Amino acid sequence: MQVTSPVREPLVLRKPDENNPGKLRTTTLADVTNDICRQVEAAPNMRWLLAMLISLVAFAWGSYTLYRTWWFGIGEWGLNKTIGWAWDITNFVWWVGIGHAGTLISAILLLFRQKWRTSINRAAEAMTIFAVICAGSFILMHMGRPWLAHWALPLPNTYGSLWVNFNSPLVWDVFAISTYLSVSVVFWYIGLIPDLATIRERAIRDGRAIPAFIYGCLSFGWDGSAKTWARYEMVALVLAGLSTPLVLSVHTIVSFDFATSVIPGWHTTIFPPYFVAGAIFSGFAMVLTLMLITRHVFKLQHYITLAHIESMNKVILLTGSIVGIAYLTEFFIAWYSGVEYESYAFLNRMFGPYWWAYWSMMTCNVISPQFFWFRAMRRNIYVTFALSIVVNIGMWFERFVIIVTSLHRDFLPSSWSMFWPTYVDVGDYIFSFGLFFTAFFLFAKFLPVVNMAEVKAVLASSNEEIQEAGLVEAEKEAATAAH
Amino acid sequence: MAEHAHTSIADEKNFEFTAAAKRRLMVAFVIGLVLFIIGVVLLASGIDGGSSGHEVEKHAAITGGGGGHDAHADDYHWTKRVFANLWLDAVLFNGIALIGVFFVAVNYVAYAGWSVVFRRIPEAFGYFLMVTAVIIPVLFLVSGHDLFHWTHADLYDPSSPNYDKILVGKRGYLNTPFYMIRMLVYFAAWIGLFFIIRRNSLKEDSLPKQNYKTDSIKLYNKNVYMSAVFLFVFAVTSSTSAWDWVMSIDAHWFSTMFGWYCFASWFVSGLATITLTVILLKEQGYLKAVNENHLHDLGKFMFAFSVFWTYIWFSQFHLYHYANIPEEIIYFTERFSGHNGIYFGVFFLNLFVNFAFPFLMLMTRNAKRKMLILKIVAIGILVGHYLDFYLMVMPGTVGKHAGFGPVEFGALIMFISAFIYVISNALSKANIVPKNDPFIKESVNHVVV
Repeated sequence: MQVTSPVREPLVLRKPDENNPGKLRTTTLADVTNDICRQVEAAPNMRWLLAMLISLVAFAWGSYTLYRTWWFGIGEWGLNKTIGWAWDITNFVWWVGIGHAGTLISAILLLFRQKWRTSINRAAEAMTIFAVICAGSFILMHMGRPWLAHWALPLPNTYGSLWVNFNSPLVWDVFAISTYLSVSVVFWYIGLIPDLATIRERAIRDGRAIPAFIYGCLSFGWDGSAKTWARYEMVALVLAGLSTPLVLSVHTIVSFDFATSVIPGWHTTIFPPYFVAGAIFSGFAMVLTLMLITRHVFKLQHYITLAHIESMNKVILLTGSIVGIAYLTEFFIAWYSGVEYESYAFLNRMFGPYWWAYWSMMTCNVISPQFFWFRAMRRNIYVTFALSIVVNIGMWFERFVIIVTSLHRDFLPSSWSMFWPTYVDVGDYIFSFGLFFTAFFLFAKFLPVVNMAEVKAVLASSNEEIQEAGLVEAEKEAATAAH
Repeated sequence: MAEHAHTSIADEKNFEFTAAAKRRLMVAFVIGLVLFIIGVVLLASGIDGGSSGHEVEKHAAITGGGGGHDAHADDYHWTKRVFANLWLDAVLFNGIALIGVFFVAVNYVAYAGWSVVFRRIPEAFGYFLMVTAVIIPVLFLVSGHDLFHWTHADLYDPSSPNYDKILVGKRGYLNTPFYMIRMLVYFAAWIGLFFIIRRNSLKEDSLPKQNYKTDSIKLYNKNVYMSAVFLFVFAVTSSTSAWDWVMSIDAHWFSTMFGWYCFASWFVSGLATITLTVILLKEQGYLKAVNENHLHDLGKFMFAFSVFWTYIWFSQFHLYHYANIPEEIIYFTERFSGHNGIYFGVFFLNLFVNFAFPFLMLMTRNAKRKMLILKIVAIGILVGHYLDFYLMVMPGTVGKHAGFGPVEFGALIMFISAFIYVISNALSKANIVPKNDPFIKESVNHVVV
């Protein structure tokens, strides 16, 4: 049998007692279902409608700039001949990176048997999917003719020699990201099925025909039998095994977009693992931003506890420090190599015309997570929330610094140039925010934000009573040993 | 709470380092030494044991390894091969010892429960750092000029024909005093932190009874703190020591990945050594509480980090291969087709043994739960990573004069027997299971579902 050390913090806490205001009571299995189904079953409230409205406004404004991008062309952006890539690719890499946390939580933490993953994996996976869609939208934007997007795939065609260039990392990106999106969607959806069946059963019980029908279709006739569960767990493990190399490969291949070139500042071997670390770093920050709001609005504090927040902050500290070491390594090797172009590229980042971007990146990514060395900071919700946003600002600047500062000093000084975004650049970025939050709020309203089935599975071994009983047992043993 | 009968640690027998075992190890060491001396005598008398390269060939100069620099093209001396071997083994075994401490520290910081029952094994590895802390600095002082091209003074003399502008540029980092200071700092930090962690871990054992609220959790938390400090130090020093001790052999060459590449190689070797030690101890009747579930997880670690090593290897190789910049790709060209092609076979064998072999062998759940298979894979991985370090050290030091002869095997046997001796000695000095650890119950009841 499995034993949980009483030293471990409980993952499900007592909840406020409805009958005894101000008192706490044990959280039961039924509470898990009720607390999480509540927002799915209730009518949309004002706060949710307001949030949706803001997201839709952003989406609408972005749609206008996107229309301009497609109708008038890429000339609407601040690009020029020297800097042929700027906000689009920065935003693309940023969103792909954010997506990584979901798969990390659901796959890698599953393989590492981290039980705290159970109450955050659902929302994190949903975030992954929306973030990858946002990332993909920048590729479509930059295509200019999005109706020809399928040309990025090696499809048989009648256009003569029209075929993708398999030597190009950009094509590898198409394969990596589309595979990643497919597997993430499958993984997320399979995890949803038992919970959708719970909602279906509740709708049938309450006699609500339309939800019963919709959630009935969505739950694929899940029957909850032991055999079904055994198959479900097998599939989850196989998908976790598949997702793990996949999630690492995605940002590796994104880093190849840059590192396979000979551009100073891009061509460095540490890029693949350091991009992956940076992706997890920004992804966890985004999960924290979303989950801190969700747990407050949906009153899920006893499922998403300080222990969860602290664990996520530790991952942020770890990956932030890996990124910091990678920055210093790049900088050191640029000097050590004796390659003057590399040395110049790095000095130019620090002290050139984009110095502000570089120092924003260093402050947000390397210095700010160091606060999380302190337990009090890791467990402070306000500090965590502020830093989760700071980290994502930093990670956006990281991509901007890598991309724009490396390009703006061409090999020919006569081509040296600057990039300044236009309102269309900014509008397209706002479009992705509108898309992301619209999707996330729809998810939060119509689907269970916490994986009920998995939280129930850890409830037995990780609630407060068990932990306390464990302490009692240890003391009892100590007492018997003393006699 | 109900417990299985077999999960008790009450009947754990502590490790006994018998006189017979000591004698056997000493005999092994002497055999290694004799082999090594035979190899040295053969090399000194001009018979290159196992080496295939006898023709004089003008080879690539750009990485600046021993004999690689224009003016030093023909300065091969047989002592180089002797010292390069000792250096290779010292760096590899230093890595394994250091990974022992790293593994313990990671498990503390992660509040990992499952590994507690065999924690004393990686913990014991730390003692070998005291051996390498002597060997590595002494070797550098004795053979620095043979192994490290950048230590030659004439490279920095503008009037010398050997004047090397690139190495002059690196002199702020690659100079003997700073190099020695760094080396001493690494060892002082590693050994100092190791002893603090070890002391706290041993203190737990002397507590009267496991008590979660007070003593044992206090010591545990102290070690979590010290482990975090160790990891911080390790994060920096593992990369810098890899640059110093391995990358600077090819003095002109550089790669930002190199520190992590070396770490990956060390880590897999360390995991394989931990697994192997646990299995060998179990076979001798120790560590009864360690069962197939713990082995399963160790197998997963070996599997996962063999893939990780391959990932790092591939990323480094691929990016240099794809960009094809001469001063970068030369490193792989040298190993692929340089030096009369003597590294060609090792180059592919390295990839096969370190990637395909563990990947295919440890693919299934059952394989990871069988001691025999784990033993074979762990030995394979250790051979593979010896070859990996061979590929990192030899081309830049001895070039086409490398080979596998009595010097190689002798030096390796000496290091293996010394390592086993030091580890056995450390294991015999303490309880083999940390019986009062707050996670011990969780660990002995560990089940991989």
